[in-house]
Amino acid sequence: MADMAKAGTAPVLETHPSQRPLRKFILDNRAALGSLAVFVVMLLIFIVANPRVFSNWGIYAAVLTVLPVALFMTSPLVFVVTSGEIDLSFPAVMGFASLAFAAVVQAGFDPFVGILAALITGSVLGFGVGALVVYGGLSSLVATLGMNFMLRGVILIITNSKSIAVPQISDSIAFQITSTQIWGVPVQILWAAAFVVFCALLYNRHRFGAQVHVVGDNPDSANEMGINVNWTRVKVFGFMGVGAALAGVFSTMINFTWWPTSGDGYLLPVIASVFVGGTPPWGGIGTVIGGAIGALTVSFIQTGVVGVGLSGFYVQFFYGLIIILSLLGHRFNQTRYR
Amino acid sequence: MAQHIIELNNITKSYGTIYALGGVTMHVDPGEVVGLLGDNGAGKSTLIKILAGVIKPTSGEIRVNGELVNNWSPARSRGAGIETVFQDRALSVQQSIVRNIFMGRELAGPFGWLDLKKQVSEAERLMREIGFTSKVFSPDSIVGQLSGGERQGVAIARAILKQANLIVLDEPTTALSLTETAKVFHFVRQVRASGRSIVFIGHNIHHVYDIAERFVVIDRGRVVLEKKKSEVGSAQELIEFMEAVARPEDAKLKETV
Repeated sequence: MADMAKAGTAPVLETHPSQRPLRKFILDNRAALGSLAVFVVMLLIFIVANPRVFSNWGIYAAVLTVLPVALFMTSPLVFVVTSGEIDLSFPAVMGFASLAFAAVVQAGFDPFVGILAALITGSVLGFGVGALVVYGGLSSLVATLGMNFMLRGVILIITNSKSIAVPQISDSIAFQITSTQIWGVPVQILWAAAFVVFCALLYNRHRFGAQVHVVGDNPDSANEMGINVNWTRVKVFGFMGVGAALAGVFSTMINFTWWPTSGDGYLLPVIASVFVGGTPPWGGIGTVIGGAIGALTVSFIQTGVVGVGLSGFYVQFFYGLIIILSLLGHRFNQTRYR
Repeated sequence: MAQHIIELNNITKSYGTIYALGGVTMHVDPGEVVGLLGDNGAGKSTLIKILAGVIKPTSGEIRVNGELVNNWSPARSRGAGIETVFQDRALSVQQSIVRNIFMGRELAGPFGWLDLKKQVSEAERLMREIGFTSKVFSPDSIVGQLSGGERQGVAIARAILKQANLIVLDEPTTALSLTETAKVFHFVRQVRASGRSIVFIGHNIHHVYDIAERFVVIDRGRVVLEKKKSEVGSAQELIEFMEAVARPEDAKLKETV
């Protein structure tokens, strides 16, 4: 309401605030900047609480090794939420795609072939889930929950719940360019950062992103203007599948092992990251960069809480605290137009 | 005889056993303003939504420049040069003016990357053309911040983005101020002057009478009158005719009560 009043007084101005570069930047990125502020404040609290641990690069390197897996799924999930849907099936899709990767590598093929197999598996499953939700006319919340259980069930059935070790990948070129370190920086984070930048461009400067925004905002209008609403939604789920496949490959490379539970632990943190990052749940708007900062915040909590010297029992409490505080922050930082 | 740009032949639309349209035949010629009239629920909006490809007709045929069309859809309708300003304006209110103007028709390169600069400059040009003279709103402004008339302006700007052959305006003056209504009339005359056609829908008969050259009156899903302005005489005659059309129903009601 306060923001509406502000908007109402705007006509008195000679030039619109959005025409000034700094104001424009802040207005365009207020959700992402809000989540960055949350992260900075959290980091400062950690540093003050234990300067010795948090002045050591090792703790950051540890976060930067596991963060990429979450980033590969957070960015596509921003597209899904913006389109007005939700996907809860990505952990099982990640598990399935990385199973394809591990099985192909174990069979003696080059890891690049494995990556290709994972990408094909991920996109087929993603598009399949999307087609089921969209053309079946199902609630994405319930249908993708069901698909997550079902796909995980299939994984357990076909593997007899046995893990697959792939130690041989450490000699491969694929491993060298994706999972080593350069000057102490894990290479994974560079790939993930490139992926986030690509997603941000796709989201803001590509026809696909524009149509995802419009479809999530008002599907009837989008349809009336000739946009294929259903196909746009299916594509969004397909893209989520590709992201989950990449996450699965990187996760398997880090651990040299595929586990039947691969992906399970990412469901709630990745969803939390999207909302902590400032993408609202009602669709139509969102921020990919904010989502990435949200993922950084969420994956830092666990490391940070333990690094500060608190027991691991505090981790969940701080997860919840950060999520609630972020939501309250975004609530006052964004106006919802109807 | 000149070619009709649009022909609707015997269009019907039924929902279950209820006919919203019971066989409507009408046409639009190049460079004319057709006033489509009718009471609430007469089927005006259903008819233009069929023309726009949003609703599929139960039966009947649509011809564009004399050629029969099939698999009619919103994208095909727009592709054929028919732009519709819907009654609800079909805007995405959380998006910028630019994104709304280019909705479904984004300016993009071969790989789908948007030409944002060109979109913004085009949007600025259109906004000036429509008469958004104030500096208050930039193309990046969010549509949700605009008033009803300004939103209508965005919807109209979108309709003239490409050189459409036919612009359909569904109740364009509803809930607009007097000056905004005048702007819409000015716009209709501009389009008319450029040799393009307009279908103007309204239930304010005075508005439609002033702007249109030919009238089509629909009542309960059927065309009950089709006349040129010269054959009608005055707005009062049109009003009396429409009241007469509505009267038999009144009479029946009185009988049953």
